[in-house]
Amino acid sequence: MTKYIAKRLVALVVILFFISLGTFFLVHILPGDPTVTILGPNDNAQNRAILLHQLGLNKPLWDQYLIWIGHVLSGNLGQSYVTHQTVTSVIADAFPIDIELIVISQLIAFPIAIVLALFAARRPNKAFDKVATTTTFAGLALPPFIVAPLMVIVFSIHFHVFPGPASYVPISQGFWTNIDSMLLPSIVLAIGPIVIYYRLLRNDLIATLQEEFITMARSKGMTDRRVLLKHAFRPSSISLLASAGINIASLITGAFVVEFLLQMPGLGYELVNAIDQRDYLVVQGIVLVVAVAVVIINFIVDFFFSVVDPRIARD
Amino acid sequence: MTDRLVPVEPLQVGASVSIRAVDADVGGAAAAYTEVVGKKKLGWFFWACAAWIALVILAAIFANLLPLKNPLFQDYNALNKGPSSSHLLGTDDLGRDIFSRIIYGARVSLVIGFGAILIGLAIGGTLGIMSGYLRGKFDTVTNSASYVLLAYPAIVAIIAIVAFWGNAWWQITLILGVAASPLLYRVVRASTLSYSTREFVMSARALGASNGRILVKEILPNVLPAIASFSLIGVATVIVLEGSLAFLGLSVQPPTPSWGNMINEGRTELTTDPWLVLFPALAIFLFLLALNFVGDRLRQHFDVTVGRL
Repeated sequence: MTKYIAKRLVALVVILFFISLGTFFLVHILPGDPTVTILGPNDNAQNRAILLHQLGLNKPLWDQYLIWIGHVLSGNLGQSYVTHQTVTSVIADAFPIDIELIVISQLIAFPIAIVLALFAARRPNKAFDKVATTTTFAGLALPPFIVAPLMVIVFSIHFHVFPGPASYVPISQGFWTNIDSMLLPSIVLAIGPIVIYYRLLRNDLIATLQEEFITMARSKGMTDRRVLLKHAFRPSSISLLASAGINIASLITGAFVVEFLLQMPGLGYELVNAIDQRDYLVVQGIVLVVAVAVVIINFIVDFFFSVVDPRIARD
Repeated sequence: MTDRLVPVEPLQVGASVSIRAVDADVGGAAAAYTEVVGKKKLGWFFWACAAWIALVILAAIFANLLPLKNPLFQDYNALNKGPSSSHLLGTDDLGRDIFSRIIYGARVSLVIGFGAILIGLAIGGTLGIMSGYLRGKFDTVTNSASYVLLAYPAIVAIIAIVAFWGNAWWQITLILGVAASPLLYRVVRASTLSYSTREFVMSARALGASNGRILVKEILPNVLPAIASFSLIGVATVIVLEGSLAFLGLSVQPPTPSWGNMINEGRTELTTDPWLVLFPALAIFLFLLALNFVGDRLRQHFDVTVGRL
């Protein structure tokens, strides 16, 4: 077990190193000149050279990387060329919105997916299962950038159930108004996970229900409901949670899309803005933070499951 | 986990968990979909979906020859018109014909979707089949590299590269193709592994066949079904990624129509002209549905379970 965790930790460090390398060189190797962004295209070469020197961009790339990683590790991601805000403060303002979106969407997705899967698995290939499985299959073809505008048309514009675009209210201005502005984007984000969790759990449950210990439980006179919840759902719930952890990357894509559509100042919105304004350091900072967050979440999920289910650690 | 789509070694060193993430992502349709029943007939819906895919592809290829309006022509006498006999699906805010823009827009999605997967197969597939057959050091190195690459959340990297490098259609195809290759590598490698020690491979070798001949003549035909069915689902995933990029305004730039950028352009007029978003959204939905279904059915049909490693 300890050996397993040590191995995983080494792997984590290696991956984090490659991420930092990738993110650094991503911005530095690609064409584009930050001095043009800062000074404008018409400034003279001398000023440009001075600025390059100030920014440390004339040093060898490897030195630049070492300086950069030193700053990153001490929590300094640089400053926006455009707004002169520090990148860390941009991220600190934006990140909570993504976290809230993702958490609420998961709170919506889990109960729906679990209930659907339990009902479907109870009588596989019967009417309920067929309808639910077919509908969720169609759901696979509905990415957030399609669902989000359609939901806005139907629920904000037509029925006025939810506030429309550009009506994000920060949590500091009232909890319920904040939740109200979060609901529509969270529902959009929940659709993908509902489909994935449902399909995973349904298949898992159906497979488990054919195992011998289930027949055993049934033969002892246990009720269907008890067998389903106590004996079948429990083992399956672990893989369900695992898939939640690993879906985080696609949730982030979805969050970027809804933030952009509804003009909520989360990481996705800031990222697209920064790209439009060629604000390199903000882009670099957001890419780095998101990548590291995803990798660490995956690591924690993995670690958690090796504790819950020690068979995983035994390679 | 009952994720039998891509037989990834359960929780090996590195980022196995995130690999399953990409599985769930890419193989959305197929992920963890273990049909209890055995081989079934493909069914009418399969053929309907296949016909739809063929129709869209043909329409996109021969768009120039079809009696379509110019997708860039701005008819100022017909701005924001709903569907009518002269404009089958209406016009946008510049008076451009939406039906024709959807058909021309299919070109972007199709070229990028299929192109990226072909590039991914060229890189990942080639390495995968070699790695699964040759094993040894080559396998260890490429295998670990694929784990590291898969751990990197592709979408943020893709957004950043597209933003800094450029968003011509070939650049996006190349970026998405490279991004898809580690996953395709894993699929092909896993599939190859399950064949590389089979008797017919051994006997071919005993008869003196070269490695190259064995790879092409013996192994490739056997891994093709897995590659084909998985690739279709991969194409669907790439189309979704391209659509998301286009929606964020980062893919192929207007005035060239693409399904994603049509939705992006219509987004500002949701209140007044919802069909600007509705029709391209429907086009993507139907095409993705067909791709997912065909890919998923083929996978079941060929029984692509590849076996756990």
